Amino acid sequence: MSSPQSFDPKAYWRATLKLLVTTLIIWFIVSFGAGILFRDALDSIHLGGYPLGFWFAQQGSIFIFVGLIFWYAKRMDKIDREHDVHED
Amino acid sequence: MDLKTLTFIVVGLSFALYIGIAIWARAGTTKEFYVAGGGVHPIVNGMATGADWMSAASFISMAGLIAFLGYGGSVYLMGWTGGYVLLAVLLAPYLRKFGKFTVPQFIGDRYYSQTARIVAVICLIFISFTYVAGQMRGVGIVFSRFLEVEITTGLIIGMGLVFFYAVLGGMKGITYTQVAQYIVLIFAYTIPAVFISLQIAGNPFPQLGLGGHTGDMYFLDKLNQTVTDLGFAAYTSGNKSMIDVFCITLALMAGTAGLPHVIVRFFTVPKVHDARLSAGWALVFIALLYTAAPAVGAMARYNLHATVNSAVATGGDVFAPEASIQGESRPEWMKRWEKTGLIKWEDKNGDGRIQYYNEKSKDEAFLAKAEAAGWKGNELGSDKKGKFDGTVDRDIMVLANPEIAGLPNWVIALIAAGGIAAALSTAAGLLLVISSSISHDLLKGVFTKNISEKGELLAGRIAAAVAVGIAGYLGYNPPGFVAQVVAFAFGLACASLFPTIVLGIFSKKMNRGGAIAGMLTGLIFTMTYIVYFKRDVLLGMDKVPDSEWLFGISPEGIGVIGMLLNFAISFIVMKMTAPCPDHIQHLVEDIRYPRGAGTAQSH
Repeated sequence: MSSPQSFDPKAYWRATLKLLVTTLIIWFIVSFGAGILFRDALDSIHLGGYPLGFWFAQQGSIFIFVGLIFWYAKRMDKIDREHDVHED
Repeated sequence: MDLKTLTFIVVGLSFALYIGIAIWARAGTTKEFYVAGGGVHPIVNGMATGADWMSAASFISMAGLIAFLGYGGSVYLMGWTGGYVLLAVLLAPYLRKFGKFTVPQFIGDRYYSQTARIVAVICLIFISFTYVAGQMRGVGIVFSRFLEVEITTGLIIGMGLVFFYAVLGGMKGITYTQVAQYIVLIFAYTIPAVFISLQIAGNPFPQLGLGGHTGDMYFLDKLNQTVTDLGFAAYTSGNKSMIDVFCITLALMAGTAGLPHVIVRFFTVPKVHDARLSAGWALVFIALLYTAAPAVGAMARYNLHATVNSAVATGGDVFAPEASIQGESRPEWMKRWEKTGLIKWEDKNGDGRIQYYNEKSKDEAFLAKAEAAGWKGNELGSDKKGKFDGTVDRDIMVLANPEIAGLPNWVIALIAAGGIAAALSTAAGLLLVISSSISHDLLKGVFTKNISEKGELLAGRIAAAVAVGIAGYLGYNPPGFVAQVVAFAFGLACASLFPTIVLGIFSKKMNRGGAIAGMLTGLIFTMTYIVYFKRDVLLGMDKVPDSEWLFGISPEGIGVIGMLLNFAISFIVMKMTAPCPDHIQHLVEDIRYPRGAGTAQSH
């Protein structure tokens, strides 16, 4: 266990929220952004036979969500360790 | 071996597997009954979550919905997967650290209020029952279509099976049967998907095949050309307004994250770290089906058009009389599925051939050509109470897909087993959260606080048994609107439970009054809006025109406004009522740090 002085709850929570916001921005951009709001513009670009906006809406967003969660989990582990609140 | 015998064998084998697992994984304690003992590996939990989450709707209906909606179907694909990002970053790890058995228990403890806990139980029961009735119906339908038994018989078999492993095994039994059910359903879904992708695009991966070539054209271009030639809207363009697509997607995402039967799956893993990872694994297993579904939908739609009109594949003139298939020589699968009413042919112009096109097209030039060719209306649809209905039932896109693609009988049998697995696994998860909200939240938490562990376990089993009975009754005798309402369970979860749980974690100052007022506002607003605009279906009254929708948002997407109202009312009432006590603020503080998360505790 760490000594109480080494743990700064405010700093830990700030780091957590920063990562949370970054994650949700990416989440928003790949689905609501690329798949819905800017779809028409992106559809003029093609990825193989896929119009790009359509690809994001039906494939790309899902792949990115999967990667995003694992990336988030890994970064959170790092934050937990740095602030010494990780589980054994 | 004929198809029926083979289907009986495959479905029977899958049932034997579930029963074997149920006997092996009996629950002896309340901890095993509610959270499977709390030691489930994150990958195993991810797989169980996948089966828990993917219902009869995902398995049977989704690809068909996408097939006929094209781009519009994206709301389901993004909406039903993006919620896992919200779960991973906003809810799962913190609720896991809190370490209790049920969602209402978190709300009751966090908002230091039995009233809040009871309101949460009401939200939970409403959401879960509408959802489970749809699942039981799905079981009955698969039985009746593939095994040609009465829907009632199918329902009773399904109920008996769920009763056996949910009542006996609780969360422990459910977790391990869900793993088996996931494996059955993903095989059943993937094999036909691979075949159809190979057939049309020459690529074994449906995810790549959809963007691949068919002949010398890109498949999606070919499909767009096919459907527009027949008067339908282009596949890759949408027909819903952007704000509505936006709201439906968001409502499905936040709704997913707020569904109690999904949240409790994350109470079963040992650590906070595992809860985060497990959300990722759950989405991996879900994505296997969800990224294949768009290809299945698009290719099945193409196959259907190509079957009915030979000019589709050759690129010839679709209006040529000999291009339309002769009714007499229509394929076997069509004749077989006509018996179920999912598909029906009506020879309107009496030429003995089937013309399948969009008679309501806005394209005048197209309609003129169709008339010149002697077409007197679309002739392919489904049977609605003995009458011809001009839309082919969307479920046929998955159910008859192997037959349309000419795949062997064992693949068809596998589809039956997969559909039943998808429905049963979701039903069991829902029944468990219903029974634990009764035995743990209402009995143990509010009304009979000194109930013994054995008594609570028995109460949990009785509640599960009663819930199975009610679900079976609703499945047998659906109150007309069940199918309509299932989609709205998401709106309700999005507007009631999701915001209140998020505020409970991320706002230390949120208090009892704010939470209760917020939950009730979200629930009542969303429910009223849905009932008002669906009163034709729900209450048999005159339909309110869609043009009166608030900001152009459909009832499917209105949960988003309900969620915003919930947040706003929560903060306003918080300012006006007594502040959140210090010990609760410390509790919230404690939830935020992973260290010290033991496995889930009853109190």
